[in-house]
Amino acid sequence: MITRFLLSNMDRRGLVFLALIAAIGLLVPLANLLMPAGSPLHVSTATMSLWGKYLCYALLAISLDLVWGYCGILSLGHGAFFALGGYAMGMYLMRQIGSRGVYGNPVLPDFMVFLNWQELPWYWYGFSSFPFAMLMVLLVPGLLAFVFGWFAFRSRVTGVYLSIITQALTYALLLAFFRNDMGFGGNNGLTDFKDLLGFNVQAQGTRAALFAMTCVMLISGFLIARGIVSSKLGKVVIAIRDAESRTRFLGYRVDRFKLFVFTVSACMAGVAGALYVPQVGIINPSEFAPANSIETVIWVAVGGRGSLVGAALGAVVVNWAKTMFTSGFMAPYWLFALGALFVFVTLFMPKGILGTAQGWWESRKRPAPVPAAEPAPAE
Amino acid sequence: MNAPTPGALTSSLLYLDGVSVSFDGFKAIRGLSLTIEPGEMRAIIGPNGAGKTTMMDIITGKTRPDEGTVMFGGSVDLTKLDEAAIANLGIGRKFQKPTVFDFHTIEDNILLALKSKRTVLKTLFWQTEGAQQKRIDEILGIVKLADKRERLAGSLSHGQKQWLEIGMLLAQDPKLLLVDEPAAGMTDGETAQTAVLLKEIAKDHSVIVVEHDMGFIRELGVKVTVLHEGSVLAEGPLDQVSANERVVEVYLGR
Amino acid sequence: MRILSSLLRMLALAMTLALMPAIASAQSTDDAFARLGADSFSDTARAIDILVQSAHPNAGVVIEALADGRLLAGGGAVVVKTKEGGFLDARTGQALTAQPAGVNPVRLNNNVRRVIQGALGGLGLINPDPGKRIAAAEAVFRARDVTVLPVLEAAIAKETDNRARLALRQAQAAILIAKTDAPPFDRIAAVDVLRERGDQDALATLRALPGDASPGLKEAQARAISEIEGRLALWRAGQNLWYGLSLGSVLLLAAIGLAITFGVMGVINMAHGEMVMLGAYTTFVVQELIRTHAPGLFDWSLAIAIPAAFIVAGAVGVAIERGVIRFLYGRPLETLLATWGISLILQQAVRTTFGPTNREVGAPAFMSGAFELGGLAITWNRLWIIVFAALVFAALLAILKLTPMGLQMRAVTQNRRMASAMGIRTGRIDALTFGLGSGVAGLAGVALSQIDNVSPNLGQSYIIDSFMVVVFGGVGNLWGTLISAMSLGVANKLLEPYAGAVLGKIALLVFIILFIQKRPRGLFALKGRAVEA
Repeated sequence: MITRFLLSNMDRRGLVFLALIAAIGLLVPLANLLMPAGSPLHVSTATMSLWGKYLCYALLAISLDLVWGYCGILSLGHGAFFALGGYAMGMYLMRQIGSRGVYGNPVLPDFMVFLNWQELPWYWYGFSSFPFAMLMVLLVPGLLAFVFGWFAFRSRVTGVYLSIITQALTYALLLAFFRNDMGFGGNNGLTDFKDLLGFNVQAQGTRAALFAMTCVMLISGFLIARGIVSSKLGKVVIAIRDAESRTRFLGYRVDRFKLFVFTVSACMAGVAGALYVPQVGIINPSEFAPANSIETVIWVAVGGRGSLVGAALGAVVVNWAKTMFTSGFMAPYWLFALGALFVFVTLFMPKGILGTAQGWWESRKRPAPVPAAEPAPAE
Repeated sequence: MNAPTPGALTSSLLYLDGVSVSFDGFKAIRGLSLTIEPGEMRAIIGPNGAGKTTMMDIITGKTRPDEGTVMFGGSVDLTKLDEAAIANLGIGRKFQKPTVFDFHTIEDNILLALKSKRTVLKTLFWQTEGAQQKRIDEILGIVKLADKRERLAGSLSHGQKQWLEIGMLLAQDPKLLLVDEPAAGMTDGETAQTAVLLKEIAKDHSVIVVEHDMGFIRELGVKVTVLHEGSVLAEGPLDQVSANERVVEVYLGR
Repeated sequence: MRILSSLLRMLALAMTLALMPAIASAQSTDDAFARLGADSFSDTARAIDILVQSAHPNAGVVIEALADGRLLAGGGAVVVKTKEGGFLDARTGQALTAQPAGVNPVRLNNNVRRVIQGALGGLGLINPDPGKRIAAAEAVFRARDVTVLPVLEAAIAKETDNRARLALRQAQAAILIAKTDAPPFDRIAAVDVLRERGDQDALATLRALPGDASPGLKEAQARAISEIEGRLALWRAGQNLWYGLSLGSVLLLAAIGLAITFGVMGVINMAHGEMVMLGAYTTFVVQELIRTHAPGLFDWSLAIAIPAAFIVAGAVGVAIERGVIRFLYGRPLETLLATWGISLILQQAVRTTFGPTNREVGAPAFMSGAFELGGLAITWNRLWIIVFAALVFAALLAILKLTPMGLQMRAVTQNRRMASAMGIRTGRIDALTFGLGSGVAGLAGVALSQIDNVSPNLGQSYIIDSFMVVVFGGVGNLWGTLISAMSLGVANKLLEPYAGAVLGKIALLVFIILFIQKRPRGLFALKGRAVEA
């Protein structure tokens, strides 16, 4: 009964989410392009880009929820996959600048000319092609996650150990990307983008299209994640989260299931990063900072881990609050608020906004026989 | 001591010979030898620390022995395989503390255990077929949980969890079942029912039951192996081993 | 009479003999002063040589003034402008009332400057203070001015102090080896002297051997260079080892508190770095108070800061444990998130109170300066930090192994329920253990305030490294933490010369990531069934 109730409830919730994102994806760009600037229905390009950023974060949160909420792998390095996707997109955008850079070099990006590089490093080859760059957006984070997970899951590194080495992973990448001779623009990263598929990235129309694309990708990501978690594989993954060695004794190769989910999740994070970069206009090594990855975790925790809608909601709510906070006189206190949020959510709302609301809803209907242990039940 | 007779290897389902393992200098198992025939049900008893659980860990691949032979079906070396591979060979295990998936429904618990291909892709695109659904229903009937199939396993009582776990073992359809203290924490009525259930299962499976409860062992009425300090102390029918002076000594501390 | 007359004759002869050099010298110094007024670089250089060789009483003053651009010449007059702004006649040293007309500063070029440097060295060579003589010899060694050679040789002949003689001989060797007309045998002997000296300067001097050298000399030079290079490489390795131990002790200090909270209690304290930071800020506050209220105690500031930092960080630790962590036992991932939140709050609190910029923490006298040990340069602050880390480690070990509290802590670690059943108040032990770990982090802060910037971000830069140390060493094992900190510190510093600081660090991170895959429980792991539970 409960499962069916949860599932149907979830389906309704999922449908509401999908409808909402689809509506936003359609209406916001239209309101931006068609409504005159004075109209109350007009959405400014800046606002649209800001919300586009939130939705990229929502996709990142869903990808993290897939591994943390469902598989119990607390990755403190998901920002690395996001940033790698972003860099892949950034490299495409850099190559599109062509000879319009400050130094006018038709092949080399400005920072390479500045550093006296004579030719394009081999790993920049191909990034002038959009399809190739998009492939890399998926492949680079996916491959890193696969290789990392292959070693980690096979040797059964779990729990906090895994969290700590994922953090070390993103930290190592942070240090590496800060180096000028890595060939990714060092400290300054990649910026001053001009064109995306021949359209000016600054132009209103391009921004609107990017926003719509973000919504499309968020919907796709949600559907894929939902498909995974509601399949039998999803049940296995939840079983691994709750009783890993029991699952193994049933004959499931736990490492392969973890590897699958981890890799899919990393690809999804990469796509989020790729959409983020043209809307924000820059990608730099600070995206690899361990603090960013941990912040992503708190979005998921706030929204409700083990719930894809919750994760997306958490990302938007926390980032919206951050914008509100940091743009006003309260700016110096944002870290107090964020820190308090971490403590509050872990102590008092372990199921996040959605889980808590749902528990409250159920307890009103009838006393729930759900055991009061561990994380929120699967949706 | 009770070394298996030559030739036992090929005819037996499970064959342990001279198995030893130690943790930080403590010898949990020393020179353990044991054979289980196809279709046999065996009870294993022994005081705390006799090595019962460690023996199960070795058979299921959780612990690697320092030395000794562990063969399954006469030809497969279990010491070379991991847990999943051993489970897929047909060795199922029920844990001492009932371990079910609390956040899955009872039906999903059985579905997860149901004998099927365990690969990532197969599970991702899984569709439960009619015969499989029938088998699930059947097992739910056997363990008397059919009316609770939609409930989360976490909401079950201790005894019901034990039964669910036995149901999961059935769904796995293993050649050999390792059952660790199935009657622990059960009422007398439940214990008796569990014994009946196990005897039913033993008709077409080999079973190893580890148990403390002598009454339960008596109800099973099978050959008993007594473990003590990591090796076999005595083997035979319950009446015979309980008359054995050394068994009485170690078991009752006299 | 005859006797008297012969006596008088002899006296006259003696007087003549005695006066002759003085006359000669007077003539040549006149020449020198004339050359100084000639406004030609080569004349100026020659004049300096003459002044040095004649040991003119004013030579030092004149050459110093020349070096500073205070020597004025023109129209036959040579005048020294004193540092105070007065004027002296360069020849007689008599004060003049005003600047004579028509004099201009004597100009210098690099060659003249080099000659001046050598000359000043040459003049110092006959200083009565052996320390000054050694310093002068070093100056000559670097200047390698051939004209100083006679003075140098005279000085060597007179020298009684062994160290000074060695320095003089080395200076002589440095000149000889470049002197193409010196006897070949002397030049090879000079190579030997330089080889024995064996430092970077000797190497540079040897490398500067002119191209005219004979095959024998060249061979000696090559051998000496390779020997010195080998020796220097050894010292460099020793120096890196020292830096590594120093870094290792810093890592140990930062990580050892974590080894207790993470290793013994299984609690992931992401705010650990902030405990270190609080310790550093406590040191800052203690120093400020001392500066304003009792400046005389400044050298004791660290000694006062040590207990203060322990108490402040320990108290905050206990508060965190009682306020947050105790509700999260058994949920390590949640603990990780909650303590991360606490770390953000603490950082912001410190930023709001003390400002976002670096705070200056002074070093007491015994912490500043450095000394040389063979080819090693050892700074006192690094040395004391190593000593401090060793003391903290020993104290912690003693607390855990010897005190009743340590016994109770270990009991709670191994079997919480059993310990509780035996009457141990586990809640209190948890709080104290956490307080101890945090307090030790505070101690680390005192040490780090001496070598790192005291800023709100101080803790952040150590947290990942600390976790790496604990995880690599094996959780629950203080000795493992020690070995891990030292080996990571040394490995880091030994990699640095080859890979650079950042790449070396990345390499180590990757190494640890791979290592954890191989041995998930670290270097010194507990084994057995208990671990799985």
